Amino acid sequence: MPETPSQTVGPFLSIGLTWPTGYLVVPEGSPGAVRITGTVYDGAGDPVSDGLVETWQADADGRLDDPAFGFGRAATRSDGGYEIVTVKPGAIGDGQAPHVDVSLFARGLLDRVVTRIYFPDEVAANAADPLLAGIPADRATTLVAADAGEGELRFDIHLQGEQETVFLTL
Amino acid sequence: MTYRPAADGTHPPLLSPGYRSTALRAPEHAPVVLRQRLTEVTGPALTGPVGPSDHDLTTQHAGEPIGQRIVVFGRVLDSDGRAVPDSLVEIWQANAAGRYLHARDDWPAPLDPNFSGGGRVTTGSDGSYSFTTIKPGAYPWSNHRNAWRPAHIHLSLFGRAFTQRLVTQMYFPDDPLFAQDPIFNSVPDEKARRRMVSTFDLEATRPDFALAYRFDIVLRGGDQTPFEEPHA
Repeated sequence: MPETPSQTVGPFLSIGLTWPTGYLVVPEGSPGAVRITGTVYDGAGDPVSDGLVETWQADADGRLDDPAFGFGRAATRSDGGYEIVTVKPGAIGDGQAPHVDVSLFARGLLDRVVTRIYFPDEVAANAADPLLAGIPADRATTLVAADAGEGELRFDIHLQGEQETVFLTL
Repeated sequence: MTYRPAADGTHPPLLSPGYRSTALRAPEHAPVVLRQRLTEVTGPALTGPVGPSDHDLTTQHAGEPIGQRIVVFGRVLDSDGRAVPDSLVEIWQANAAGRYLHARDDWPAPLDPNFSGGGRVTTGSDGSYSFTTIKPGAYPWSNHRNAWRPAHIHLSLFGRAFTQRLVTQMYFPDDPLFAQDPIFNSVPDEKARRRMVSTFDLEATRPDFALAYRFDIVLRGGDQTPFEEPHA
């Protein structure tokens, strides 16, 4: 049975795809909460103001068996910025470093693009991660969030250009 | 289980020059292959914030929206033919005049005070879903000279795994605008394109109330078909 093709979300995705608390994977102020903020940029370096970032991750113990936990969704604002409030996922026990899977949708993206967020305080685990290890070092850095203060991380997404984020095919 | 890739030509290339907005947004590096592991083969089971009138876009306001009432219905399946039950389906669309309820839609067609254009529903145990809405109008956009989008409804699907996530658009049969639309035509394979076109279904109309269009949606399926329990 052949699949249905993908199409763009168009610029008006916020009518159907967003909800006010979607960015809260965990409630604000939860123990261990981490706020991931970032900006999505196009190939001209301009912010993508009509995008949607979705995240999927294990819980703090590295478990993915609770399908009600681990999904985040944030529309980009007029300045291209987004934020997700979550917890750092635990390692899932297969040799991969802790990571968050990311989908990005926007006008002009006929299919979602997929990437991952890794954590800057996991230097050893990141070095041993099978995905990161297979990517040239200068590009692999695009998958590691930057420390932005206590409980704060920064993860910008560049669709094109010198700092183009590594995107993944599944 | 892992999920197999779609046949070539099913999904549009990210760089599709006819659709101008892809030029600055399509990544230039080839994507890196990620072996599917637990994160990719699991996914959220969402009911989202689904409210009682979310499946019926004609009853979300005090008055009736203007336009042709339609029922959009079908089943969500995977490419192995298995139903996708209890899964969130979200839609968004323009009103009957082809205008979205959005601050940045500057097409000067009338807004409808009784139509927001957003809907949500979860699939039944057999993967079925149904919305009642208004047939959206076509609208012009600035992509190329005299560019018009064919009438369409946006749909978002989750499936059971991160790998199955899909956003698509449902089109209406025999739309004269297909030939000039670079978004519809971004799908390389003609048969795949036709799978985005709904079917008019007289049997499913609601007499004296609404026309009906069937739109079945097929998500990515597995590399291995799990053993199916025989029916008693």
